[in-house]
Amino acid sequence: MLQRVFAWALFCAMAVALAGVFLYAPRERTMGDVQRIFYFHVSSAWVSFLAFFVVCVGSIGFLATRQPRWDHRAAASAELGVLFCSLVLITGPIWAKSSWDIWWTWDARLTTTLVLWLIYVAYLMLRSLVAEPVKRATLSAVVGIIGFVDVPIVYGAIRWWRTHHPAPVILGGEASGLEPRMRLVFFFCLAAFTLLYFFLLDRRLKLAHAQNELDELYRQAA
Amino acid sequence: MLSQTWAIFRKDLRLELRTKEVLLAMLVFGLLVLVILNFAFEWTREETRRLAPGVLWIAFTFAGILGLNRSFALEKENHGLEGMLLAPLEPGYIYLGKWLSSTVFMLIAEVFLLSAFVVLFDLNVQAVLIRLLLVILLGTSGFCAVGTLLSAVSANTKMREVMLPILVFPVVVPVLIAAVESCAVLFEGGEMAEYYSGLRILIGCNLIYVTVSYLTFGYVLEE
Amino acid sequence: MTETPSEKAPSLLELAAVSKFFGRTVALRDVSLRIEQGQRWAVFGRNGAGKTTLLRILATLMRPSRGEVCFGGKPLNGRESELRSRIGFLSHTTALYGDLTAEENLLFYARLHRIEKPRERIAALLRQLELEHRAREPVRDFSRGMQQRLGIARAFVHRPRILIFDEPYTGLDGPSAALLQDLIAQAGEITLILTSHDLERGLALADHAAILNQGNLVEQEEVKPDGDTRIHQAYARWVQGQR
Repeated sequence: MLQRVFAWALFCAMAVALAGVFLYAPRERTMGDVQRIFYFHVSSAWVSFLAFFVVCVGSIGFLATRQPRWDHRAAASAELGVLFCSLVLITGPIWAKSSWDIWWTWDARLTTTLVLWLIYVAYLMLRSLVAEPVKRATLSAVVGIIGFVDVPIVYGAIRWWRTHHPAPVILGGEASGLEPRMRLVFFFCLAAFTLLYFFLLDRRLKLAHAQNELDELYRQAA
Repeated sequence: MLSQTWAIFRKDLRLELRTKEVLLAMLVFGLLVLVILNFAFEWTREETRRLAPGVLWIAFTFAGILGLNRSFALEKENHGLEGMLLAPLEPGYIYLGKWLSSTVFMLIAEVFLLSAFVVLFDLNVQAVLIRLLLVILLGTSGFCAVGTLLSAVSANTKMREVMLPILVFPVVVPVLIAAVESCAVLFEGGEMAEYYSGLRILIGCNLIYVTVSYLTFGYVLEE
Repeated sequence: MTETPSEKAPSLLELAAVSKFFGRTVALRDVSLRIEQGQRWAVFGRNGAGKTTLLRILATLMRPSRGEVCFGGKPLNGRESELRSRIGFLSHTTALYGDLTAEENLLFYARLHRIEKPRERIAALLRQLELEHRAREPVRDFSRGMQQRLGIARAFVHRPRILIFDEPYTGLDGPSAALLQDLIAQAGEITLILTSHDLERGLALADHAAILNQGNLVEQEEVKPDGDTRIHQAYARWVQGQR
């Protein structure tokens, strides 16, 4: 019942967000309509960062309590994180190509996103290569922790590197210097995407719990 | 704590020095990488100084991955980890011992590879040798700090040789960037302040990687 | 659901409703076993019954999926090191480095256990297991039986009070088996847990026996010295499959 309400709320929020992005937000002066991709690009980036944070929390939770549901949270969040991260990596070049006629510029934020994407893809690959559930949970928890701890270091190092080799920045400032209507749409879109994340997380977790229950039934029957 | 870590370190050293299998493989592979990169880029004498940091660190890290792979493969073959786990010590000591030994092996290979590079590409490093070696030391220990942990992780998977580079390279991006940039400062005569900030990043990476790895290593070894 | 450890004098080692799963496979199911100091247990069972898993959990090499391991009457958590210094473990795999010599292998483990005067201890052990003439040779060149003997030496290096041996007789010929029995006899007041495929050899050293079947502990009892037939019957039923 609650899930129905949630689903409808999400649907409405997304609909409003889309309307906001395409209809309500004003056309950007220099870049034109392509700039609207900014709302999806930044929202996805924020959600992927949230997702990877949850992976870290789930990983620590699992190592501390050994309860499978923490591992489920970490794994589900990693999948979603990679998904939204991929969206960032797709929307970025689309914008860059239309605005500056190049697909990729190795700017600090986009490069960091790429490295993050690689780290968590490796996390998912690791999971797929370990068959035994407890071992899989333990190993990915360790990787989940070191991966997230690495994030600020990666960002710092890439920014430092960029100061030696300057290049065009894909996103100007983020929410800074946004016209009021744009700001409103931006924050609304952010909220809608976050809601989407939690909705998908919830669905994915139910699947993981069901899988766990099935394994338990097999064990009892054995 | 120290005596047990040292015992593990010495055991690894003794094993390797007896067979020299891994060191040889690292050397030959590193050399091959240098040669292939030469054909891939065919740089001029003037460009050597600019490309040297990148080429060197590619050779170092590729050779290093080889060494890390072998380190735990060997333990799995001999079931050595079981023996070590039965001793009254923190699993973290095993990590420290292995971190030290893989760093030393990688350093040995790097000294040879650096010499090969100097000869093959006529690079003069005399003026900056000490500072260069310092970067190589910190970069290598940082690489091995997280590499040792991830090597233990991938040793538990199917396709373990493939999993290791996929896990390690994205995570050590900061180490690579800092190491390459610091070397670039040395070779191209840049601002020494940049060199020192690169060293700071490397030291920071070392501290963080060693701490997290030490604390989580026990979980990786569990059954 | 865990059983609380018994209120009598604290046992040395105890498994309280321990289960071990590997995904959907159940290696041990709800096993409760109380081992008092000085007892000698022989565990029997078919291949795949869970004997090795049981021993590895007792030796702290494996964590149970459910239930608890208790040491001295209290749950183990955090005191693994304390327990490990008292355990001598021997498994199918000898945990010896093929490229190191017998002496170097033992020296390594002696150092890990921080024993005093390691070289003397090692020399004595090698002599006792009749390996002193091969002490300086790489283990790679040893026969299976010699590797097994060296593995036994490794297990005894730190003078453990609890011996956990998984099929120690594998690869041992008659004289070597006698060496092992001598070592155990000389060790004095020790607690022994071993598995064996051979009923008589296992019972020769034991005063308690247990039988595992498909992860379940189906039989556990004291072995009476006067040719107890009950354990023989149980063995015939569970291990040899006779009704």
